[in-house]
Amino acid sequence: MLKRSHYIALGLVMLLTLTIMNLPSRTKARVKQGIASLFAPPFGLTRSARETASKAGDYVLPRSELIKQNEALRVENEHLKLQLQEAEKTDKENAQLHKLLGLQQRTQLKLRLANVVLREPANWWRTIKIDLGTRDGLSNNLPVLTIDGYLAGRIASVSLTSSQVVLLGDPNCKVHARVEETGDTGVVGASGPLDSEFVEMNYLSKTATLKPGQNIKTSGDGGIFPRDIPIGKIVDTHSVEYGLATVARVKLGANLNALEQVWVRFK
Amino acid sequence: MNWFSAITVFLTAFLAVFWEAAFNGIRHWIGAQIDLLPAIMVYVALSGSIGMMATFAVLGGLWFDSLSANPLGVTVLPLFFIGLAIYINRDLILRDQTFAQFVLGLAASSLAPVMTLLFLLTTGHEPLFGWGTIWQLIVMTLGGAIATPIFFEFFNFVNRVLGPRTYSETSFRPDREIRRGR
Repeated sequence: MLKRSHYIALGLVMLLTLTIMNLPSRTKARVKQGIASLFAPPFGLTRSARETASKAGDYVLPRSELIKQNEALRVENEHLKLQLQEAEKTDKENAQLHKLLGLQQRTQLKLRLANVVLREPANWWRTIKIDLGTRDGLSNNLPVLTIDGYLAGRIASVSLTSSQVVLLGDPNCKVHARVEETGDTGVVGASGPLDSEFVEMNYLSKTATLKPGQNIKTSGDGGIFPRDIPIGKIVDTHSVEYGLATVARVKLGANLNALEQVWVRFK
Repeated sequence: MNWFSAITVFLTAFLAVFWEAAFNGIRHWIGAQIDLLPAIMVYVALSGSIGMMATFAVLGGLWFDSLSANPLGVTVLPLFFIGLAIYINRDLILRDQTFAQFVLGLAASSLAPVMTLLFLLTTGHEPLFGWGTIWQLIVMTLGGAIATPIFFEFFNFVNRVLGPRTYSETSFRPDREIRRGR
């Protein structure tokens, strides 16, 4: 049987929860960020522990191995310097030709490297937290890429020092995409709770000629993701809605389970 | 439950939420992350006051939601309902029995995610939901059930080693002493 004190506790908790859940979205986001900032000390501790462990590993490495690695890096550096000089020449030439033809100059990519600091604790969302925030110039809906350049997701919310990234496969991350080889367009949406490697591409035309292995890239429509960011490759297709549309299963190029660092691409 | 035990419980819950977000070994291995808050709630509901149980549900829920994409506050009510159900019936529960702790952890860890998912679906959110969810629920249920007796052992050990010692009275009473005269 419920006693008076139980009813009071029940009432208070319900009132508090309903108040929090019905706060204006901006206030709610601030409260959420404020509470999340409590976890900064344990996070900092974990990061410094990892760094210390990594440094300890470096000390153990023998001197001969370090010299060998240094030599290999020096050779690679020379090659890259030469390549850069060639690329700069080509870039200048390209810019001059653009000027002569009156074409619009392509804006340079602006990327910022971020570390993944936390992952989603609940099993029904697919998000990560990165260590860049508004003080680093981040804002909502910026595209996030893997180190290899594959699309990983977009910024969902930003605080001063960190941001939440909603990853591909999450129901809140839908991407308008196209098949590179045929030009057919569709929407890359959610995946199954356990399939983090695969997503479904919906709303493809029934006449689309799709084959396994074809590349999927962002279409540039939708206003969030720029054109031509690689997403993955088609694995298989099947008809839905009594044959009126086609759904393709796409294997993501990004390994979302192993993200340690990501690029944030500025518009 | 004294203040020392209360601090230990809240600190453990805080670190449990941090562990769930920072370490993903179990998720990579078996495809689902274990939620430890229902397991700790079983201990709080059996050992603490109603006020402490409510505070734990609010703080634990808010901590969890702040690191998750969950809407803030959605985890509070499932935790509180589970705690209240155990608290009301705690005189009937053999709290020192490992099997009872395991069964309570099993029930709490299975109900908490189901209730949270129901709250999310009824409030218009679209969580990842499918056949794979069944596997995730099984992992969460079993993980929480195994964790519950471990938490009981841990909290009892901490109380025994670091907590204030209970003063045990002897049966000797000076006012009842028989003084022998010559």
